[in-house]
Amino acid sequence: MIIGLGHYLSVAAIVFTLGVLGIFLNRKNVIIILMSIELILLSVNINLVAFSTFLGDIVGQVYALIVLTVAAAEAAIGLAILVAYFRNRGSIAVEDIDLLKG
Amino acid sequence: MTLQAIFFYLFGGMTVASAVMVIAARNPVHSVLFLILAFVNAAGLFVLMGAEFLAMILIVVYVGAVAVLFLFVVMMLDVDFAALRRGVLSYLPIGGLIGAVLLVELLTIVGAWAIGPDVTKAITAPIPSPNDVPNTHALGLVLYTQYIYFFQAAGLILLVAMIGAIVLTLHHKPNVRRQMIADQVARHKASAIEIVKVKPGQGLP
Repeated sequence: MIIGLGHYLSVAAIVFTLGVLGIFLNRKNVIIILMSIELILLSVNINLVAFSTFLGDIVGQVYALIVLTVAAAEAAIGLAILVAYFRNRGSIAVEDIDLLKG
Repeated sequence: MTLQAIFFYLFGGMTVASAVMVIAARNPVHSVLFLILAFVNAAGLFVLMGAEFLAMILIVVYVGAVAVLFLFVVMMLDVDFAALRRGVLSYLPIGGLIGAVLLVELLTIVGAWAIGPDVTKAITAPIPSPNDVPNTHALGLVLYTQYIYFFQAAGLILLVAMIGAIVLTLHHKPNVRRQMIADQVARHKASAIEIVKVKPGQGLP
């Protein structure tokens, strides 16, 4: 049995869907939402590397590296905002983040 | 080939199962640990596809840095996570519906899709044979020449993220007395001491 491009794309599609589902289910908890975004970016990386390998073009791996960089920066900034917000309000529930509503 | 299939199903199945546990675990610490497991298994998939450098980077960056960052934040914040967890199942019908639709669409695309015949003409940097040039070397040959500006931009993004995270989380408490080196250095004799001539037998007024 030969593992082809479709197998890897299917795994990436399932992980992507689980990430979106995680955002829908845990819509009160910002930390789980950030982790779901990490899952989505991971599935994007699996897609890029799979296409890079099966088409024989290494540029896909360069793009995966850039996506990895952005994902790491996003996690760091997101968690820093979370910590700063928790210091001010004492809560991280998404429904409490409504200061701009006035 | 069967060995490859066995390892693909092992790594892929573990990745999907860990992703399920990330969004389903009650305790956020468990979620972070399952996220680490998902990334390790995705690194296994990368090795299976021949992208060893990215696999190792995934482990170093995610398991070494991002996951530990998540763990620190989860353990540092004093939040009642059980209260945040309440009412999760009420979103399950709409979330499950959207997830199912999305998954069916994506899998339909994956199933009913084929690579065009002239796509090989568009390849800009073909992967050399792994026996001649290892993956890390091949990636470096492209990354440091054709994509040097992407590389520099990535470094800039990380620098901005680092400065931003420090600025956001650093705060000085107002009532902590700190050493003020400039004030100490700026002291001179006239402002620091006063010379008083005391007459014998009188003392100071």
